Amino acid sequence: MIRAALSSLLQLMRPGDWLILAAGILGGTYLFARLPAAAERVTIQQGGRVVLEVSPRLDREVWVAGPLGDTVVEIRAGRVRVKSDPSPRQRCVRQGWLAPGETALCLPNQVSVALGTSRHDTLSY
Amino acid sequence: MTAPPPEQILHTTAEDRRIAALAAAAVGLSLAEAAIPSPLPGVKAGLANIVTLLVLYQYGWRVALWITLLRVVASALALGLFLTPTFILSLAGALTSLAVLAPLTRLPPRWFGPAGLSMLAAAAHLMGQLVVVDLWLLPGIALAPLIPPLAVAAGVTGLVNGLVAAAMLRQNAMLADGDTP
Repeated sequence: MIRAALSSLLQLMRPGDWLILAAGILGGTYLFARLPAAAERVTIQQGGRVVLEVSPRLDREVWVAGPLGDTVVEIRAGRVRVKSDPSPRQRCVRQGWLAPGETALCLPNQVSVALGTSRHDTLSY
Repeated sequence: MTAPPPEQILHTTAEDRRIAALAAAAVGLSLAEAAIPSPLPGVKAGLANIVTLLVLYQYGWRVALWITLLRVVASALALGLFLTPTFILSLAGALTSLAVLAPLTRLPPRWFGPAGLSMLAAAAHLMGQLVVVDLWLLPGIALAPLIPPLAVAAGVTGLVNGLVAAAMLRQNAMLADGDTP
C-alpha cells in the first residue's frame, strides 16, 4: 500500500526534476557548510554596567569587584563559568560551565556572566 | 418612495468567471495557511502556489498572473496586511516566482515536470524577497545567516507543492482521457 503510493509519487518526478532536486540538495549543503559560525560573546556585567565583553576563545580569569568582594570568572576553551563568588548561596558557582545563551547571576555581588551569540537587532520581516 | 436603483448588469466572460473561481481557491489556501503556525518566521507552505502551477499548465501565464495578483491583494486585505512590508514581500516573491515559472513551462514536459519547476519557483520566490529586503526594507542587515534555513525550507515546500500539482494534473489528464484511475 505504502509502496504503491510511493511508486506512484516517484512516477511524477521527471528526469529533469531529479536533476533540479540534486542541484538543490547540493546547493543547500553548500549554503549550510558556508554558514558563518555564530559570533560568540562573553559579557560580564557588574551593577548594570558592562565590565567586559570578550570572545570565549581567549583563556583568562577575570576578577570583578562587587560590594561583597571579588567574583572570579574563568574563561577557558570557549567556555565560561563563575569560579568563585562571595555570595552566601553560591548558586552562580554551582551552575558550572554555561551553555550557549545561558546567564549566571551572582546576585548579592551584582555580577552577571552571559555566554551569548551576538545577534542582529532587527529580525522582524 | 425612491425609485429602485437601475439594475446593474456586469458582463463577464467565461474566462472572468474561471479566474474568479481559481483566485478564490488560491485566496482560500492563503488564508488557511495563515492559521498554520510556522516553525520559523518567514517559512510558509505556500499552498496557493499549487493553484498557480495548475493554472499555468492549463490556462497559460496571463491567467496565472491575474490569479497571483488577485490572490496576493485579496489575502493581504483579508489579513489586514495590505501595503505593509509583509504584503510587499509576498508580492515580490509571487511575481519573481511567476516570472521564472512562466518560461519554464515551455521546457519539454517529458524531462521537466511540475515538481522540478515548483522547486525552482520556490527558490526564485525566496530570492525575490531577499533582494527586496536587502535593497529596500532592511538595507544593511546581514542576510547571509538567514539564507540556508530559508532556502532549505523553500526547496522542501517547493517539492511538496510541485508533487501535489503534478498528481492533480495527472488525475485531470486521466479524467480527460476517460480513463479512470
